[in-house]
Amino acid sequence: MIRFTRVTKEFPRTGVALREVSFHVARGEFVFLTGPSGAGKSTILKLCYLDERPSDGEVRVAGMSSVAIRGSDVPKLRRKLGVIFQDFRLLEDRTVEANIGFALEVTGAPPASIGPKVGRLLTQVGLASKATAFPAELSGGEQQRVAIARALANDPVLVIADEPTGNLDDRATRGVFQLLRDINASGTTVIMATHDLDLVKRAECRTLELNHGALVFDSAAAAASGPPGAGGAA
Amino acid sequence: MSLATREAFNGFKRSPVLSLLSITTIAFSLYAFGLFGLVALNIRSALAQVEDRVEIRAFVADGTSAEATSAAAGDIGAFPEVQSVTFVTSEQALVRARKELGEFSDVFEAGILPASLDVRLKPGFRDPNTVKAVAERLKSYDFTDDVRYGEEWVQKLYRIRNIATLAGLVLGFAFAGVAVIIIGSTIRMSVLARAREISIMRLVGATDGFIRSPFLIDGAVKGTFGGILALLLTWVSYSLITRFVITAQFFDVRLVVLGVLAGAVLGLVGSALSVSRHLRSV
Repeated sequence: MIRFTRVTKEFPRTGVALREVSFHVARGEFVFLTGPSGAGKSTILKLCYLDERPSDGEVRVAGMSSVAIRGSDVPKLRRKLGVIFQDFRLLEDRTVEANIGFALEVTGAPPASIGPKVGRLLTQVGLASKATAFPAELSGGEQQRVAIARALANDPVLVIADEPTGNLDDRATRGVFQLLRDINASGTTVIMATHDLDLVKRAECRTLELNHGALVFDSAAAAASGPPGAGGAA
Repeated sequence: MSLATREAFNGFKRSPVLSLLSITTIAFSLYAFGLFGLVALNIRSALAQVEDRVEIRAFVADGTSAEATSAAAGDIGAFPEVQSVTFVTSEQALVRARKELGEFSDVFEAGILPASLDVRLKPGFRDPNTVKAVAERLKSYDFTDDVRYGEEWVQKLYRIRNIATLAGLVLGFAFAGVAVIIIGSTIRMSVLARAREISIMRLVGATDGFIRSPFLIDGAVKGTFGGILALLLTWVSYSLITRFVITAQFFDVRLVVLGVLAGAVLGLVGSALSVSRHLRSV
C-alpha cells in the first residue's frame, strides 16, 4: 500500500526533513508514526498524499509512484485516500452533512447518491443526530468524527491521520481511535502520526519511530529480528 | 445549479461589500473605456461626414471646347476611384463663390472664375494617397489648367483620425489592463478568503479545473455586471451631453452587446490570470 524507497526530502529554507527513509506498509495494516516534533512525521504523511514530492528516492502509494505520476493524476490518487488532521479542517459555515457532502460533490459524485451516502457515514461515525449542526456546536471529538466521515466519503483504501487525537481529551481520544480501528478492521489501511505514547503502547500496533528525519525504529523489523513476542504486530 | 455556479454565487453572498466594490471598480474602468469609445465613435462619425466633402477640382483651361471637356468628364468618370464628375461652368462657379465666400458678393462679371470639373471619389478612396494619385492623373490631361484638392486639409483630416484611433487603442488597452488587474486583485482576495475550502477540495481529490471554475464564473459574472453598469453610466453621460452640450451618437446594439461581452471576457481573463497564480500559494 505504501512503499518509501530511500526517500530524502529537503526544504529550501529549513533544510533536510527526511534522510534516506525506507519502509513498507502492507494493505490492511494499522501503523503508528511516532517521534518528537520536527522528526519528519508530517512530512512522511504529506509525501503519502503527494502534497510534497521527494527530493530523492521514490514514494509509492496505492499503486502510484511519485516518480512517474503527472500533476493531473494527483487528484485520482487522493480520491483513493482519506486524510484527517489535528485541527479537523471543517468548513465552519456549513452543517455537518454539508461538510461531508462537500467531499462527494467536488469529486463528481451523482447528486442523488450524496444524501444517502452522507446518512450512512454519519451513522458509521455515530453522529446521525447531528447532521444539521454546525461544527462550532460540536465537541472536539465530534468534530473529528465529522472529519473522519468526510475522509471516508470516497471509500478510501488508505486513511492518513496526522495527530487526529492531538486536540482531544482522553475520552474523545479513545472514541476516535476506536473508530479508526473499526475502519481498519473493515480492510482499510491506516497510518497515524501521534505523540500519544500511552495510546501506542495500549494499541500494540506496528510503530515506525522517526528522529531528526531518520527512521530509527520499526517494530515490525524488530519483531522479525528479535526474540518471538518482542515489538508490535505487523 | 452546479456546485461551481453555486460556489461562485455563494462568494457574492459571503462578501457582498467586496463583490459590489469589485463590480463598481470594473464598471468605472469600463465606463472610462466606454466614454472614450463614445468620443472616438463621434469623432469618426464627424470625420466620415467631412470626408464625404473631399473633392478634386480640375480647372479647365480657357479655350477648351465643350466636346473635349465632356469627353474628358466621361473618361474621368470611368476611373474606378471616381464616384461622380460634375462640370461647373464659369457662371456656376461665380454663383457658388458668391454664396460661399463674402468677398465675391459684389462681383457680377462672369468669366472671372474658371470653369472646372469637380470630381468626387467613392468611399474608401478618399485617403490622401488616392486623392493625390487621382489629382496627378487629372493634371496630365491637356485641358487642365490647375488641380486643387486641399492637399494639406485632406492630410490633416487623416492625421486627426489616425491620432484618434491610436489614442483609442492605447487608452483602450490601458483601461483593459487596469480592469484585468482590479479583477485579478478581487479574485486574489476571494482565493485567500476560501483558502480552507480550496485546501479541502485538493485533499479529497477535486481536479484543478474544478477548483478554478467557481473563480472563473465569479470573474465572468462580475465582469458582465461591471459591463452592464458601465453601459448604464455611459448612456447617462451620453444623454446629458446630448441634452445640454451637443447632439451625439450612441453605440449601436452590436457594440452594446460587444461592450458587455468585453466586460465578461475581461473578468474571465483577470480571474484566469490571478487564480492560477494564487492557487499555488494556498
